[in-house]
Amino acid sequence: MIPEIGHYALVLALFVAILQSTVPMIGAARGDAAWMALGRTAALAQLGLVGTAFLALVYAYVVSDFTVLNVVQNSNSLKPLLYKLSGPWGNHEGSMVLWVAILALFGAAVAAFGGNLPPGLRARVLAVQAMIGVGFLLFILATSNPFVRVDPPPLDGNDLNPLLQDPGLAFHPPCLYLGYVGFSMAFSFAIAALIEGRVDPAWARWVRPWTLAAWACLTLGITMGSWWAYYTLGWGGWWFWDPVENASLMPWLAGTALLHSAIVVEKRDALKSWTILLAILAFSLSLMGTFLVRSGILTSVHAFAVDPARGIFILALLGVAIGGSLLLYALRAPALKLGGLFAPVSREGALVLNNLLLATATATVFVGTLYPLFLDVAGGGKVSVGPPFFNATFVPLMVPLVAAMVVGPLLAWKRADLGGALGRLAVAAVVTVIFALAALYYYGGGPVMAVIGVALAAWAILGAVAEFAERIRLFRVPLADSLRRAASLPRAAWGMTLAHAGIGIAIAGMTGSAMWMTERIVAAKPGQVIELAGYQIAFDGVEAAQGPNYAVQRGSFVIRRNGREIGTLHPEQRHYLVTGQDMTHAAIHTTGVSDIYIALGEQGADGTRTVRLYHHPLVPWLWLGGLVMVLGGAVSLTDRRFRIGAPERRRTVVSASAAAL
Amino acid sequence: MRRLVYLLPLVAFVVLVGWFVLGLQHDPHVLPSALIDKPVPEFSLPPLPGFDRGLASSDLKGKVQLVNVFASWCLPCRAEQPVLVRLAKDFGVAIQAINWKDKPSDAVIWLRQNGNPFQSVGSDPDNKVGIDWGVYGAPETYVIDAHGRIRYRHVGPLMPFDIEEKILPLIRQLQG
Amino acid sequence: MALGRSPGGGAPWLVLALALLLFTQPAFAVLPDEMLKDPAMEARARTLSQELRCLVCQNQTIDDSNAPLARDLRLLVRERLKAGDGDQAVLAYVTARYGDFVLMRPPFQANTLVLWLAPFVVLLLGAAGTALWLRGRRSATGEPPPLSPDEQRRLAKLLGGDGTP
Repeated sequence: MIPEIGHYALVLALFVAILQSTVPMIGAARGDAAWMALGRTAALAQLGLVGTAFLALVYAYVVSDFTVLNVVQNSNSLKPLLYKLSGPWGNHEGSMVLWVAILALFGAAVAAFGGNLPPGLRARVLAVQAMIGVGFLLFILATSNPFVRVDPPPLDGNDLNPLLQDPGLAFHPPCLYLGYVGFSMAFSFAIAALIEGRVDPAWARWVRPWTLAAWACLTLGITMGSWWAYYTLGWGGWWFWDPVENASLMPWLAGTALLHSAIVVEKRDALKSWTILLAILAFSLSLMGTFLVRSGILTSVHAFAVDPARGIFILALLGVAIGGSLLLYALRAPALKLGGLFAPVSREGALVLNNLLLATATATVFVGTLYPLFLDVAGGGKVSVGPPFFNATFVPLMVPLVAAMVVGPLLAWKRADLGGALGRLAVAAVVTVIFALAALYYYGGGPVMAVIGVALAAWAILGAVAEFAERIRLFRVPLADSLRRAASLPRAAWGMTLAHAGIGIAIAGMTGSAMWMTERIVAAKPGQVIELAGYQIAFDGVEAAQGPNYAVQRGSFVIRRNGREIGTLHPEQRHYLVTGQDMTHAAIHTTGVSDIYIALGEQGADGTRTVRLYHHPLVPWLWLGGLVMVLGGAVSLTDRRFRIGAPERRRTVVSASAAAL
Repeated sequence: MRRLVYLLPLVAFVVLVGWFVLGLQHDPHVLPSALIDKPVPEFSLPPLPGFDRGLASSDLKGKVQLVNVFASWCLPCRAEQPVLVRLAKDFGVAIQAINWKDKPSDAVIWLRQNGNPFQSVGSDPDNKVGIDWGVYGAPETYVIDAHGRIRYRHVGPLMPFDIEEKILPLIRQLQG
Repeated sequence: MALGRSPGGGAPWLVLALALLLFTQPAFAVLPDEMLKDPAMEARARTLSQELRCLVCQNQTIDDSNAPLARDLRLLVRERLKAGDGDQAVLAYVTARYGDFVLMRPPFQANTLVLWLAPFVVLLLGAAGTALWLRGRRSATGEPPPLSPDEQRRLAKLLGGDGTP
């Protein structure tokens, strides 16, 4: 009964979405207040209906309702409760329901908290949001219904792929989706603005918090994903330039660019049509991230042929959504008014440079990810595009970006004094050079990237601190005054400092683990002591045990340094009973500045165990940096500018928008 | 002129979609061999236990023939074996085989169970020769011309469809 | 099994193979028994292994993969190194057998020209477009560029102010 309610709620949600996508739009064109107001009611109803469907699916997983095909295929009665709760989004159908649920959540948020928006803009935003919903609901109902029943029901289910039975991965998809779907807000605002024919600082101020929230969620999602790869894949790699990873990186890069260009719109009323385009692109890349990964086209076009209905639907949906919005852009963007002027060396100029480098980086990842597919279709042969390509092209783009990131915030709007800005960074620059020389001395003649990495990390962190010190006039006024200034700084300034410093911290982590990692691969006998980067690690043997839905072989390793015991690690090899798959579960001891990482391998014929041991210096900073960036986004979101006093548009707006149509 | 700039994103997107649509009609698991139109690599493989003939590069000259790469652990190989048997029996095609990454004794039992259409089988348990041929996995089937050159590679199990559409026409053309 | 139902012949087989490969945990790639005694040569082998694709895996290098074919290729790389091949010779040896598909770093050649040049072309076009746009806007509006803070101070002084704009 419950699954039928869920299914029925989805059908109703589709009808509500159709209403919501048309009536408010017509109302806005005609200036009919009642028609426009329907958007708010419909958006709230939409959340109720899709939320009901989502909860119905979660319920089916929690009670292990094996009359539902989706549950049979992806769950098992023995599966721990956490993974039953996260079960719905561990598969294609369920994750689509989560997607629409988040979309409805954002729509309802605009309806509930968008009181300060002009009614016309709000009606159009909600209508565009509902159009996306119509596409997705049609897709779910026509090709990916999660509520299909099986008769007769089997006694138990097939269980979830053990790779996905992991706390990190349980929350990874919702975070990613909050990011992907969050960009739909920027998209809807952009489309609404194109229809109105008006983009102004007030528009940018409404869009920025949504973009910031989406960006923070996506950053968190990517950070979690890379952390998951680090501890699951058995040797401590955290980024592979895999198509699936690239699909989440592209919207992040475009979203980061959007975040910065929207500042120029807000402060200087310039870069308007470019910002609109970025908003469309960030969401388009999110759609690709959602679909192309799920459909498998990035790994093989053949995935389309395997399920042609889904493939054609996906292409049609992408075609209408992206093609339609780009057509609207081509028609309406030229009419947008030109904004304020600025000299190349200025805050605006720095943000344009940021956008140029981020857009190029996005294009590079895009081309690199899809090139094998393009070439193959064109009959040009088979090539692979792997990490060496991305390291050779992407990294050189990031170096000037991070270097300029430090200088940009010190430049004045309109026209700035570059020498003066650099002068204020003199201390940071000197300390950066000292760090780089220390790295050179410590590492000697190694890859030049190690020194560049250390220098960039130091420059980004110190630069962020220097800029903050400059703002509060540290050491130039009494300390109490500085602290008072810090307390009264806008939250957005705090947020920027944190986010920029977070990038530096993450770069330190990347450099440390990529450049100074130590690896030992040993066939170890119980009792053997293994030397690893100054630690003595004693292998105490392996014992068998039983987990909830797996059998486990658990190793014991005692870590000592200079005779002092530091800790014990228990890496595991798990055998999942239902799926019959094996998993390694690495054990990690972290000191905050480095990790000791041990993974257990196969039993040898002579009583030995293959063991992989790693010392990963600085790697915890990688995720710390990601979290600091997320924190920066969150702090910035609390800026009062985004909540109250959110700009009143001048009265002329309504008549202007009416005239525009 | 300025308006055209705003049209560029749409144009790029349309091209992209066109490419994807083309991709739908494209069969991406065709992996052309790096050795197409090149002579087969020099090799000599011992026979399976109880068989008298192994396989060497010198055996692959003088007539158009197939070389099939199989293993007893490979499920799709089992599926394609009846097709190979029919190809040898009904169409008189000469088929040689490389038993790849397999226990020779297992392969003997497997051939007894699934039929043996092969004139000779070379045993390559540790993939020494397979690598020289650029073998990805089992099954793979190579068409060799009378000069001992590799003319075509099929990756995956041969199905009746593949035989009629590709293999037989190619053999006829090479014999031509 | 529904092998051979689709006209292409290989699709279900491919899906099955992919599924099996995907769900095989890359538990252990390089094993102690395959490593070379000479640490310098072993380090070269590891570096080379990161340049070679595990052909049957999804976007993994042979260094990361525990697929049997990846192990064979790792052993081959070490054999070639022991036989005295240089790094490029080893890569050429493998490419001759498996084609460019095996290289994680696509070679710079006719069919990868677009790939390798794309980042530079996008950056250059973007930079040129930005420069043209900045220049075009200034001439379109006919306004001079705004004054720098320094110039504003000087202007204020000239006008008899106290130097704060």
